[in-house]
Amino acid sequence: MNGNRGQPQHAPNTSGHRHNTLWLAALLHRLSGLALAAFLPLHFLVFALVLKSEAALDGLLRWTANPAVKLAETGLVFLLTLHLLGGIRILLLENLPWFAGHKRLVAGALLTASMLALVFLVRAA
Amino acid sequence: MNVRLYVLQRASAAFMAPLLLIHLGVIFYASSRGLSAADILARTRGSLLWGTFYAAIVVAAATHAAIGVRVIASEWTRWRDDALQALMWACGLLLVALGLTAVAAVVLA
Repeated sequence: MNGNRGQPQHAPNTSGHRHNTLWLAALLHRLSGLALAAFLPLHFLVFALVLKSEAALDGLLRWTANPAVKLAETGLVFLLTLHLLGGIRILLLENLPWFAGHKRLVAGALLTASMLALVFLVRAA
Repeated sequence: MNVRLYVLQRASAAFMAPLLLIHLGVIFYASSRGLSAADILARTRGSLLWGTFYAAIVVAAATHAAIGVRVIASEWTRWRDDALQALMWACGLLLVALGLTAVAAVVLA
């Protein structure tokens, strides 16, 4: 006898979509967007330092030569490129007829963002 | 998100995309030379072109980010519509105010 008669044998699968590349792309787009939105006020405040004095901006720019800051800037270049390319993919998806290569576009965006960030790090180091 | 916000979100993205490509180009160019306030101001001070360029990015980015933050908050929280609206406006106005101050600083100062 089955003691669980009337009960479902398995819980419904409600997380399978999380293994989908395009779901991951949507999540990365949101996370990169949030990170960029959080960074923007700091970015603006840095340049507003000129209102105080040119030397104040120079002092902060010298601080950005610190390797840890360079690494953080590399992360920002990665996030900006990823968000930009991911956004272009969404515009294509919504405005052009569907085509089968969207998963490849996501992989391409990740690869391009990683490569650009690496090039930035090498040039800035 | 209503239709007006959706269109604004997509329009600001499409408008910003080419500007951000130029911005990335400038970042890469500047990163290899080492940044100094004098270098930045030599390019931007008194320049109507760079002033317009950066002001356009600021307004588009503030619009795009504010609506995007609202969308994420609506998906990840149970906030009511008036709280989402308040978050969007606060985010947008803060970014516009700080961004245009920064543009004025490097163009007019």
